[in-house]
Amino acid sequence: MENEAGALSRVAGLFSARGYNIESLSVAPTEDPTLSRMTLVTIGSDDVVEQVTKQLNKLIEVVKVIDLNDGNHIERELMLVKVRATESDREEIKRLTEIFRGSIIDVTDKSYTIELTGTSSKLDAFLDAVKRSAILETVRTGASGIGRGDWILKV
Amino acid sequence: MSVELTGAEITIRCLQEEGVQCIFGYPGGAVLFIYDELFKQDKVRHILVRHEQAALHAADGYARSSNKVGVALVTSGPGLTNAVTGIATAYMDSIPLVVISGQVPTSAIGLDAFQEVDTVGITRPCVKHNFLVKDVKDLALTIKKAFYIAASGRPGPVLVDIPKDITQHKTQFVYPDKVVMRSYNPVIKGHTRQIKKAAELILSAKRPMIYAGGGVILSDAAAQLTELTQLLNFPCTMTLMGLGGYPASDRQSLGMLGMHGTYEANMAMQYCDVLVAVGARFDDRVIGNPKHFYNENRKIVHIDIDPSSISKRVKVDVPIVGDVLDVLKELIKVLKTEKEKTDPVALKEWWKQIELWRERDCLKFDRESKIIKPQMVIEKLFHATKGDAFVTSDVGQHQMWAAQFYKFDKPRRWINSGGLGTMGFGMPAAMGVQLANPKGKVACITGEASIQMCIQELSTCKQYKLPLKIVNLNNRYMGMVRQWQEFFHGNRYAESYMDALPDFIKLAESYGHVGIRIEHPEDVEDALKEAFKLKDRLVFMDFITDQTENVFPMVPGGKGLSEMILV
Repeated sequence: MENEAGALSRVAGLFSARGYNIESLSVAPTEDPTLSRMTLVTIGSDDVVEQVTKQLNKLIEVVKVIDLNDGNHIERELMLVKVRATESDREEIKRLTEIFRGSIIDVTDKSYTIELTGTSSKLDAFLDAVKRSAILETVRTGASGIGRGDWILKV
Repeated sequence: MSVELTGAEITIRCLQEEGVQCIFGYPGGAVLFIYDELFKQDKVRHILVRHEQAALHAADGYARSSNKVGVALVTSGPGLTNAVTGIATAYMDSIPLVVISGQVPTSAIGLDAFQEVDTVGITRPCVKHNFLVKDVKDLALTIKKAFYIAASGRPGPVLVDIPKDITQHKTQFVYPDKVVMRSYNPVIKGHTRQIKKAAELILSAKRPMIYAGGGVILSDAAAQLTELTQLLNFPCTMTLMGLGGYPASDRQSLGMLGMHGTYEANMAMQYCDVLVAVGARFDDRVIGNPKHFYNENRKIVHIDIDPSSISKRVKVDVPIVGDVLDVLKELIKVLKTEKEKTDPVALKEWWKQIELWRERDCLKFDRESKIIKPQMVIEKLFHATKGDAFVTSDVGQHQMWAAQFYKFDKPRRWINSGGLGTMGFGMPAAMGVQLANPKGKVACITGEASIQMCIQELSTCKQYKLPLKIVNLNNRYMGMVRQWQEFFHGNRYAESYMDALPDFIKLAESYGHVGIRIEHPEDVEDALKEAFKLKDRLVFMDFITDQTENVFPMVPGGKGLSEMILV
């Protein structure tokens, strides 16, 4: 969509006005600074998704809409999670982070901050694997998606 | 190097470049520089309303009756919030408007300044698009885009919010010839293969039906709809917004369909085997309960410029996205070249069935009544104006009777708030209609509840000598609310009685207009004749009508089209 003030609120407003749900939404400018790309995850029947697509296309600032589920695609989400890490927990959490191919990016004597990238379900799995009481804070970006191989979204 | 103009000058120059002759507005702090420039020129006429809601309705009536973009100018804060009802009204009915609103200076935005509201935020869900101009260099292009977006594709209102300092800043003025937007390219031409498929389906029909909506009016395709309908000898029904798309007095017209549609239209809609929907959107007031409407043996062709209107409430078999005018022209061409022809035997049978439904005479009312029946007033209005008037209405029972009993044979003659259902629309819209059609006969059919929602506009009518004919069907009730309370709320008429009514005759006279009260059926015709003889005066006709009259047929909410309550 056009990288213009207010474009994001039009999309968000459309979803709330028409009762569609937004699971996650991630947006940033692209290599062309006049354009932003947004990945929006929503859940609905085929009919609802069709309406969502049509309604998004109607927004004047939206340049192009594709449904990544129409083809093979890759999805990634970034999560930063701060966990309580003391004594014996420290090793355990480090090991877990390695298993999930994350990295510890900040350390204090009581905590680790872990960076983890993957599909949303992988991030969920990591959180399930860590003791609930150890989680101090999480922040997630929401999924970003891109088509596989030659499938390219170009304006 | 050409001279530099202020933002205010540029705003007015843009309107002139667009050929705007008439705008509706109300001044205030944030738009004073724009008003100053309006004052210094005489190409764009400004009509001063008495409330911003009326400015929008008037611009809207102007647009609907003339197929031009309507323009309104309001100030920031309350000026804009008052306008919102009018903007939403136009949005729901896809009416092309450009609304220019003043805003506090850019340096004050976000600081809770005097008369500041987040205009772009407040109007976002009820405009086709809106802009906040932050640099005077963008102003001309923004206004150009506003006119382009408003009038193209599925039309709608576009708002341009201009902070006060921008109206003072200077830049060179260049008005672009055209705009190209990579993110906005409405589809005009229908898909050839889809049109071919539609033609085949149409010719295979045994029980066909054409269902036309406001899109026919908006794309000026009444002539093509008429040609198509007559070429095929199909029945045609129209939505509230589509009236005038096909001549109502013709045999092939089944009148309006929907909640208060005719028995024959609703039955034919329910039992047809091929439905051709043209510029219509299957909304809740039209088809009732979509589950009841669904019929796996009925095939549907749907022509609409807005892809999101297609398969929204009802799944269709042959969607055609495109401008109704273009698609109908193409469809007619294809139909004429097809070898297949319609099945005359099946069609004859179908018409026989329709005539049986028609014999039910669903719009009958007591013509011998000693109390004025509202339906009779509309019928007499139709005859007094030879069916040639522009008719606006407010919202409620009188609106439905107007739609049922005034036979609209031409498009853009029936002006009402269909989607939003805005009481208070009728009189200000009629002002806009009269200004767009100075020689036209303009009647506003209203009720004593609706008319009071914008009654202050009698003053505007006085100032600009607008000779409206106001037909007030005065039943001392919010009639439609009362009807629902009678049918569905055990006759408990909660707050629907109009108490403490003004003397409308004296009220009209106090504004310098003519007022007539009509209390007996035998006086109705003469009063109407007399009113239309007073060519240059506004005449307020206060018809004292039957309090208990209801609108029939009626499809109760949630019911199906064939489950009508009949009189």
